[in-house]
This record gives sequence, structure tokens and C-alpha cells, in this order.
Amino acid sequence: MRKILLRLRVNGAHHEVAVRPSATVLDVVRDTLHLTGTKRGCDMGTCGCCTVLVDGRARLGCLTLAAEVEGCEVRTIESLREGEQLHPLQSAFAECGAAQCGFCTPGFLMTCSALLSRTPTPTPEQVKDAISGNLCRCTGYTKMYEAIDRAAAQMRTEPAREPELSSREAVSGGSR
Amino acid sequence: MTDERKTNSFQIVGKNAALVDAWKKVTGEGLYTDDFRIAGLLTGKIVRSTRAHARIVKVDTSRALAMEGVRAVVTGLDPGAGVKFGVLPISKDETALAVDRVKYVGDCVAAVAADDEETATAAAESIEVEYEDLEPCLDPRKALQPQSVPLQTKSPDGTNLHKAVDQAFGDVEAAFQASAAVSGGRYEFAPVTHAFTEPHCVIAHFEPDGRLVVISAQQVPHYLHRAMAEVMQMPMHRIRIVRPMVGGGFGGKSDPFPHEMVAALLARRAGRPVKINFDREDVFLTNHGRHPTQYDIRIGMASDGAITGLDAKALIDGGAWGSFGVVTTYYNGVLSQGPYKIPNFRYSGRRVYTNKPPSGAMRGHGSVNARFAIESELDRLCEQLGLDPFDVRKKNALAPNSTTVNQFRITSTGLVECLDRTRAASQWDRKFRRMPYGRGIGLGCGFYISGSALPIHFDFHPDPKYGQIPQSTVHVKIDLDAGVTVHSLAADTGQGSDTMLAQCVAEPLGIPLSRVRVRTEDTDLAPIDLGSYSSRVTFMAGNAARNAAIAALEKLQIAAARLTGRPAQSFIARDEKLIDVTDPAVAVSFDAAVREAMRGTGALQATGSYQSPRLGGSFKGANAGLSPSYSFQAFVAEVEVDPETGAVRVTDVWAAHDCGRALNPVVVQGQIEGSVHMGLGQALSEDMRYLKGQVLNANLLDYKVFTSVDTPRIHSIVVESIDPEGPFGAKECGEGALAPVIPAVANAIYDAVGVRLTSVPMTAEKILAGIRKVGRGAKPKLPAGAAR
Repeated sequence: MRKILLRLRVNGAHHEVAVRPSATVLDVVRDTLHLTGTKRGCDMGTCGCCTVLVDGRARLGCLTLAAEVEGCEVRTIESLREGEQLHPLQSAFAECGAAQCGFCTPGFLMTCSALLSRTPTPTPEQVKDAISGNLCRCTGYTKMYEAIDRAAAQMRTEPAREPELSSREAVSGGSR
Repeated sequence: MTDERKTNSFQIVGKNAALVDAWKKVTGEGLYTDDFRIAGLLTGKIVRSTRAHARIVKVDTSRALAMEGVRAVVTGLDPGAGVKFGVLPISKDETALAVDRVKYVGDCVAAVAADDEETATAAAESIEVEYEDLEPCLDPRKALQPQSVPLQTKSPDGTNLHKAVDQAFGDVEAAFQASAAVSGGRYEFAPVTHAFTEPHCVIAHFEPDGRLVVISAQQVPHYLHRAMAEVMQMPMHRIRIVRPMVGGGFGGKSDPFPHEMVAALLARRAGRPVKINFDREDVFLTNHGRHPTQYDIRIGMASDGAITGLDAKALIDGGAWGSFGVVTTYYNGVLSQGPYKIPNFRYSGRRVYTNKPPSGAMRGHGSVNARFAIESELDRLCEQLGLDPFDVRKKNALAPNSTTVNQFRITSTGLVECLDRTRAASQWDRKFRRMPYGRGIGLGCGFYISGSALPIHFDFHPDPKYGQIPQSTVHVKIDLDAGVTVHSLAADTGQGSDTMLAQCVAEPLGIPLSRVRVRTEDTDLAPIDLGSYSSRVTFMAGNAARNAAIAALEKLQIAAARLTGRPAQSFIARDEKLIDVTDPAVAVSFDAAVREAMRGTGALQATGSYQSPRLGGSFKGANAGLSPSYSFQAFVAEVEVDPETGAVRVTDVWAAHDCGRALNPVVVQGQIEGSVHMGLGQALSEDMRYLKGQVLNANLLDYKVFTSVDTPRIHSIVVESIDPEGPFGAKECGEGALAPVIPAVANAIYDAVGVRLTSVPMTAEKILAGIRKVGRGAKPKLPAGAAR
């Protein structure tokens, strides 16, 4: 089967991968790079479990061709924390009971991190809209709202994270 | 040890705790079945039937076998592929692959294992199956008539009847004669499915010594273990089942499944590990969701609101296989025995086979249909008799320490508190029948089992003439690191049972959760627990865990006594110490006690178990629905209906659930909220559509699960009745909270626009048709008895 060679930047690291032309970002991160935190829930863009960030924007990994993201910065759940330091969203999801089975959680966290990086103080309606492309069958979303509020508040009072994030963005070509 | 159920001085229990595996979930580090990376792993693909009912004339696998990269092909003729299995020993009627006949569109016909996904897919597509079509039976009403070819070869009367249940207590007809009002109707339930986010996935692998390892997203590893042994014709000790993290189950991963058997068959043939990972269509075709049902009901009421009798008749569409269906057939009747006193009762249930993907157990198994019908009819009776819906439910509420007419033992119940608190929280008296046309509020109640008192295998039956093996066993190991390892086969599927086990062990030992690690994933390590279904785990495995911890504590108390010269029984465990209650200045650290206790014996080991007491009557079917304890609920839903379009929006749900004691309140709330979410989907949007036996919407775009935008504010209200036998007073919280939301929404729609709907989902089309029938502006009147 014919393969194409792609140069991808995933979680700040460069990768050269030989994949089918039809390979999606989801295929590459899970099956080639073995970053299994990104989940395959439907493979047709209906559940949001495969959400990753492409240049800071939430994208469905299963509907995005890997070839499309050459030259972009792809971030997966594995890059959300910095070393031992969990992202405020991660701590809040864990502490508020916003993750039950956890299968949809990485997708929600990536969607929410994109939301909060653009909209540090989202209204409840903005949160609801932002996560409406991600399905959760366990929580009824209720605990997620609490977790997102808590994380947003923490991120506003702890601006220390922001420079780190922006310096990483600068290295990777920036997010628009 | 004193009975600590009555105290409130807990250090761990009753406090919010993050799930012990939450950190793995939020970092993406948790391993679900599809995340395992195994050298030499092959991809398995199943060839599914395109016919609803047909004889298999020929399966031509020659092209697949000739393909490069194809390592194994199996059909129904493979050894083991035709062995009958099923979750219930009394109705084993499934096979790994269809042997001579396919019974639904999606039935497994053949399978391949290949080096990669593309080759496997191409190989599966190359397999040609020649069919000779048979007449499919798609309508459950026709299934009760003689069939040209019955679905099951053993059909005694030539029909597609699977299970018939007839029960009667008292005299329903006489009760109805003497009633002030009798109300009834036909309620219809569309098929709904679990729609967990993680598709089924399994990896099967024969180790070099010939031992079979099966890694599978399962709720009941033990039942899979048994079924796998039968199908593979291997002793159980030559099979190891591993249950990694599971991305939701809700009953949909609680059967042993054909794809699990197929993976093992392929692995045996290929001599390599094989993974079968479902796509979303596979998940819908595997189904085992809630049974589509036609439910006829009549309820009688005296003028003072007392329920006089209940008469119910259910026609239950089982699809192609038995699954949990015998239980379903009973539950549709017997689970209407609560939460109210029903002095006269009659039930007739028929489960039939049809040529559709099998139905099975789904959250709230067996209770959901009756609840919608009963709670709707109660509101109609209240209206006819001018009574208040809350008053009537309170009047009929089962009392604590009472017995139902079919001999269910009721111990704790918080129903009255649930009613009082939802009434207040929802500001019911300001709203009911008093809001403008188009806005409405409705009430629904419920109850559910905390596990089945009688297990489905006789090995675990408490009667001396059977096995008497406890339904839950938990082992606790404490070694020199003074960490506590908990072993159990209770399956954490996201509901938080690992955390519950850790809490039930940590509390008696007086240690923080950080000292406890829970290992529940492996049949090699864990003593048998019957698994995560029927809302049994907190009650049964929780009790077993607590008992194991108490047994371990006794060893530590003896060690503390040796170190201090004080009597062993004077020591309590608290704050990581063993403290002499008679003189708190005398204390031994947990670590020192462990070290001393290990003298001469090594690591401490302790066992705890749970076996339900013997309960119930001796009539046929007396065991069905028996539980050591029951949960209770009262829910209120508030809705807005657009009279132009019929579209309904649920704005709020107040959900009061009596869970005995909330071991981990945030988790209890999460279970309530998730149940409400799932119930709302069944109430308003979820519906597996069929055309000639073909599922039309086998994906999450066309099968409408509630998104964040659809889901209302959910106000969970945790009611604690402190159960006398539950661990620390706890009982179930995972399933009972689903059923009440459906009638609460239906009753709210009635309040809003005067339209009484009797079939789910309650779509805009149905509501609009109802509005046209009753006329716009038809706001119901406040019953005289409901005026406040």
C-alpha cells in the first residue's frame, strides 16, 4: 500500500512518519506515535473523544487528515500537563467528579483548554456551546460545568502558567 | 466491633473523594483495551449478516485465505464456534458465529485476522456468503403466532415465545370493582441502547504454554470467564480474563459476547494475539439495549388515594437471543411492587424472539417501563379524584421494615424524605398547574434493587443444597510497606467502584485512601465477585471489603496489644494509628502495628465476603426482584413546550435519591446526574429505528444522545436512609435514578399543554399531534386536593 512521508510536530516534538494518504491525525497519534490518550469513539466525527489541538484550536482527530497538519503544532492530552504539574482543568475534572469512565475525558479537556485559552471567563452558555460537540454518557455534564468554572478561576488567579504556555507556542510557531 | 452504621464519625466514608483512578483518566494514561500495544498483534474483523433471517448455504472464505497478510479465518464450523452460551444458564442460545442460520442483520457469520486493519477489512469483504432467505419475524405481536421457522429450534409450540411469566396476588378484579376510580392504558417503548463512548474491544492471546489471556471491556469478567471456558472447551484455570479501564457499560458490557469468543478462536487459529475493536455500527448491531416493549396497565384507587390494585401486561421484544431476557420478563412485573403498597397485583409478561439485534440489560433494567406507566396513571387518577400527586404518593409509600404482597423485604426507605425535599426544592406548590400555558412541572417516583439476592448461578446460591459461595469476596493484603492492597473482581466501569472499595477498606483501618491500592482487573489476582450489574457492587462488594478490612484490623489490634500490653479489643484504628480508647495517650502507628503483626507470619492477608440473606417466598418466580435492600427516588421535571412546533425543552430536574448512605457524595451525585441524562434521552430523543430488520441509525449522529445543549440543570438531592445491612448504611445509586425521570417529564408535558403521551420517545411530532387533538390553551386544572 502506498505511503506518504509526513513531517509532523506533535506535543512539541518533531516526527517523520510514513502513513497511508488517508491516515487521520487520530490514526497517527494513536497507531504510529502510540499516544493512546486520544480516544477513538466513533471515527466519524460524532462523539468528540478524539479532540486534539491544532494550532491551539480544538479539532476532531478522526476527521482531520494527517497530511493537513504538516507545519502545524498538534497537541494531545499527553501534553496538557507540564511534567508533574497538572493543568488546572485536569485537577478540577478529577476533583469535581467530572470524569467517570474517563473515555471522553481527554477530548473534553482539549476542547475546554482551547475554550479557556481564548475565553478566560466564559459564560455558562459559552461553556455549554463549546462542549456541545463532545458526548459524555456518564456525567450528564453537570460536574463538568463545576470543574470548568473552578479551572477557569484558578487560571485567572495563577497567571504564572500563561508565559510558559506562550513561550511554548512561540517555539512551535504560535497559535492564531 | 460496634455497629458503626449508626455513627457519623467517619474519616473516609461520607467524604467527597476523587476517584482513585481519576488521575489516569485526566492525563490520558489510563489503559482501555484498545490502548494495549502488544507485539505481533493481529487485527480481527467480523463478517456480519446482511439478512434478517436466512439459512447459510455456503461461506466461501477462499479469497480471504489466499490474501497476503491474512493469518486466520473462522466460520461457524470451527470447533467451539457453534457452542451455545449466554449470560443466564437457563437460556443459553447464543453462538460465537452463526452455524447454519443467521437471525438478524448484524449476526456474526465469519471472521478474519490479518496483519493490519486494511488487510483485515479487505479480507472480510472478500468472504462471500450465500443465503437462502427465510421469513423474518420483526413484529413482536406476530411472534406469538406459529412461525414457519421459529427463531429457536427448541420452541415448544412453534412460536417465537421465549419466556412467559404469570403472577397474581390478591384479587385485582374485585379490587377494581371496589375502587373509586380505575385508570389504564397502553404504554409503548422504542428500543434504546447504552451508547457508551468506548466501543467494545477485546484482545485474545494464547501464551506460549497454551494458556488463554482475554483482555476485554467487560462489566462481568466472571461470567465471561465461564462462557469462554465452555466455548473454547478449556478449563477455567487455563483462561485468564483481564478487565482494563472500561469506557462505560450501563449494562451493555454485561453479557459474554460473540466477538470475545471470536477473538479467542482467531487467536488459536493464528497462533498470535488478535484484537477486535468495534466501530460504532458494530456497537449498535451488538446492542443488548433496553427491550422495546408494549406495556398495558390498569391501576385502581380508593377515594382517599390508596392504591387498590395493579394489573399489568407486557409484550417484550427480545431480538434474536435470550441474554438477560428471562430476568427482564420477571422484572417488568415484579419491579412494579414498589415504591408503593400494592395490595392486589396481577402480571402477565411475554418475551418473544424477533429477527433483530438482541435486547438485554440496560441501566434500570426491567424497572423503566413499569415506572413510566404507573407514574403516569397515578397522575391521571389524582386528576380524576381531585387529589394531590405528592400526597397520594406519600400515602402509598412502602413503610420501612415492611413486606410487599410478593414478599419483598423492605428495610430502609427514604421515599417520604425524597418527596418532601423535591417538593420544596422545585417550588412545586407555586408551579403545579399554575404556570402559564406551555410551561409545566411533573413528578415521578421509583425504586430499585441493590443487587439480586439470588445469583444466576447455583454455585453462589445461599441454600445448603447449592454452592453457597459468597456473591462477593474481597482479599486484603498488607505487607512491609504498610500499604493495603485490595483484590476483588468487582468491575470498575467508570462508576467508581474501585474508589468505593478503597473507602470501605480505609475506614475500618483508619488510613487515608493514599495507602490503599485496588486491584480488580485480573481473574488471576482477584477473588470472584459477580461483577457490575443489577446495582449490586456497593452493597455486596462494599460489605465484603469492609468485612475484609475488619478481619485485617483484628490482626493489627492483636499486634498493638503485644506492643503495649493493653487488651487487643481496646484499640481502634484512626489517623493511621491504633489508639487505645481507654487511654488515647497509648497509640501504635499503623506501620509499627503492621511490622509487629508480620512477625513470624509475613504479609497480612484477610478475607471478607458477602452473601445475601435468604429472602422471599416459595412460589414460582419468588426469587425475581429480591434484593437485600432497595433504593427510592422522587424526581420533579420542569419543561417548556413550544405549542407551535411541539418541541419540548426540559429546563430543570430535581432528583432526590435515597442511597442509604452516600459513601462518596460527589460520586453519588454523578450517578444521579448520569442516570437523569440517560433517562431524558429515552424520554425525548433516543430511538433505534429499523427498516425490515436493518438498524437505520447505527451511529451517534442519527441516534440522538443528549448533548450539553440538550441537558437541563440537574439538581441532585442525596437522601440517606442509612440501610441496616448496607456497608456503612449504603445501598445502590447507579440505576434507580434513571426510571423516574421519564414519567416526571411526561407529567410535566401534560401540565404544560394538557397532552398525555404514552409512548417514548416523546417527540415534537407526537406532542404537536396531541396539542392539535386537545386544542391549544388546554391547561389542566389544579385538582382540589392539590390546592395549597
